[in-house]
Amino acid sequence: MSIVAPGKIAYLNARLLDPASGLDAKGGLLTDGETIIAMGTDITSAPEGAQVIDCKGACLAPGLVDIRVQLREPGEEHKETLASAGEAAVAGGVTTMVCLPNTEPCIDDVAAVEFVARIARKNGLAKVYPYAAATKALEGKELAEIGMLAEAGALAFTDGTKAIANPLMMRRALSYAATFGLMIVQHPEEPALAGGVMNEGELSTRLGLSGISNLAEAIMLERDIRLVAATGGRYHAAHVSTAEGVDLIRQAKKRGLKITCDTAPPYFALNELAVGDYRTFAKLSPPLRSEDDRLAVVKGLADGTIDAIASDHAPQDQDSKRLPFAQAEFGGVGLETLLQISLELFHNERMSLLQVIDRLTLSPARLLRLKAGTLTPGSAADLVIFHPDRIGKVDPAKFRSKSKNTPFDGRPVQGRVLRTVVDGRSVFVAND
Amino acid sequence: MTDMTYTRRHLLGIEGLDPLEISYLLDQSERFVEVSRGANRKLSTLRGQTVVNLFFENSTRTRTSFELAGKRLGADVINMSVGASSVAKGETLIDTAMTLNAMHIDVLVVRHADSGAAKLLSDKVNCAVINAGDGQHEHPTQALLDALTIRRRKGRLDGLEVAICGDVRHSRVARSNIHLLNVMGAHVRLIAPRTLLPARAEALGVEVFHNMKDGLKDVDIVMMLRLQNERMTSNFIPSIREYFHFFGLDYAKLSVAKPDALIMHPGPMNRGVEIDSDLADDVERSVIREQVEMGVAVRMACLDVLTAQSRGDVSGGAE
Repeated sequence: MSIVAPGKIAYLNARLLDPASGLDAKGGLLTDGETIIAMGTDITSAPEGAQVIDCKGACLAPGLVDIRVQLREPGEEHKETLASAGEAAVAGGVTTMVCLPNTEPCIDDVAAVEFVARIARKNGLAKVYPYAAATKALEGKELAEIGMLAEAGALAFTDGTKAIANPLMMRRALSYAATFGLMIVQHPEEPALAGGVMNEGELSTRLGLSGISNLAEAIMLERDIRLVAATGGRYHAAHVSTAEGVDLIRQAKKRGLKITCDTAPPYFALNELAVGDYRTFAKLSPPLRSEDDRLAVVKGLADGTIDAIASDHAPQDQDSKRLPFAQAEFGGVGLETLLQISLELFHNERMSLLQVIDRLTLSPARLLRLKAGTLTPGSAADLVIFHPDRIGKVDPAKFRSKSKNTPFDGRPVQGRVLRTVVDGRSVFVAND
Repeated sequence: MTDMTYTRRHLLGIEGLDPLEISYLLDQSERFVEVSRGANRKLSTLRGQTVVNLFFENSTRTRTSFELAGKRLGADVINMSVGASSVAKGETLIDTAMTLNAMHIDVLVVRHADSGAAKLLSDKVNCAVINAGDGQHEHPTQALLDALTIRRRKGRLDGLEVAICGDVRHSRVARSNIHLLNVMGAHVRLIAPRTLLPARAEALGVEVFHNMKDGLKDVDIVMMLRLQNERMTSNFIPSIREYFHFFGLDYAKLSVAKPDALIMHPGPMNRGVEIDSDLADDVERSVIREQVEMGVAVRMACLDVLTAQSRGDVSGGAE
């Protein structure tokens, strides 16, 4: 990783994938320093003095914008640090991460927002923007200083992995945030119905594990949709996992409400069967659902109901997972498998390659009003070069993340990140 | 002497066992019933073998039953009760298992409040593991002793009508019994209020009833389940009084069952909650004490079978 600002670089012989312009064609891209200065099918040679990077026909797309990452720093640095997450991110083609406020201490004051920004800048890997807490200490009782936190750089407001459960609190949060045009991000799960450890159904009955019904998601979304309609607030539902949830959001969007949502690879690539014989790496929140739910999530992605794919990166160390299933922590790492697993949607002919890239780049960037996810000249030179077909296998031993808790362990995948560029600098180059 | 049919390393659950394996374990158990009833109850089959009862949950009956089974076979039996305090000290289930593993034990009998705990241990240790109850998942030796009791009384399992009544949702005994009875050809009915049934109970291959009158009609066997007190506080049912009124077994409700229907209970009973006290003691109908006796025989058989290979006794029999 070089810290010297690069000069002109020409990326030639690429398959350009740019959701902003709808371009999917052979061409090239020029950067100067930190910025894209030209892009198109007519760029076939480098200008005088420019460094040349021959993409050899591989895809060149905007770097991935991952809007749901748990960083663990400060507080749980044994699981992940900003540095290790940064390394993992760029290895996965992610150039922008938006992190949850559920650190220790949590991100509910201006100093914490500035801490994250400062450390991330120092690391110089993927760019990091924080969400801040919607309520103080993520307790769901008092509003956090939403306006000032936004001024300090918080992109949106959420209680992280906890739902904003109290309906009055949610109403006030939506209403107050709307004063500044800010968005509330919800973990859409009614906690009183979410006391279980896996999806409720035949498998939970067989395994003797307490279940979480789809009702938990549907009821919270139905409530929140009413509150959005009443307040005019901006609302984003994170990691939608159920058929009911996808359908509720589809209907709400048709009504013109300011509602968006994302999902994560486990919810369109796995179902509850991954829990198998008490595999704690498949213990996620929300839980892996039924095959019908998985198909509904795929459909929601394809028809645009689901706006974005986020990794839902949740690092957990061995001690948090080597436990009886009920005692193990929730969550899986996802930064390094985000692109590969998402490409399954393309390989399985559910979505075009450009659509998949859109859900990973431009669409999430727009949700959070980030100037990212595009190859438009003038934009930051945040890029990923990847081979869409190369065959491989998910190997946690090779992860750069400190934690290895992936639900995709050993999964055969297609797609390989070859190079990741942040602000014009190559911060990751594959060594094979 | 039959050839050894149960060749698995552990006994973690009934689900997935085939009828031959179950029949084999029951046949082996029969022989130990005779041993336990005879004058010389002490064998030396497992001499030099170490059996550890690792109980993370309170249990008197099951632990005693395993202890007695091990001792009657001549094994050295060690009881370890690991209370919540040890867990609070930071020692995990796996730490405990690894410690025991280093001591070269032969059989680990484990009870734990979490489903899947026995399976987790079995992945980490070199010895045989017997699941003596894991959370709400399985309690295989209970199902085997129930099956042995039924088979001795009725001569068969195939074709019997069996009703399992009560808190199926939270019951590992119910799950193990459902799997065993299904695979052995019995027809299983569940009778419970809807709140005490697990999600998609029918998917287990059972018929579901919500009142005792319909559910008990013409059954051969009535298995009652224990109702834990905490089910009231968490609103699965409103009160003991109401529960007994609708789902407690008494002579009136039993009258629709076959005249020779047997009553079973895994113990410990809550008299007046899930079962009428007089009925529980009725020697004509209740086989509850016999279940306890069969428990020792079944556990002797399991210990014998699971150590047969390591002892070099390929026939798997007692002397």
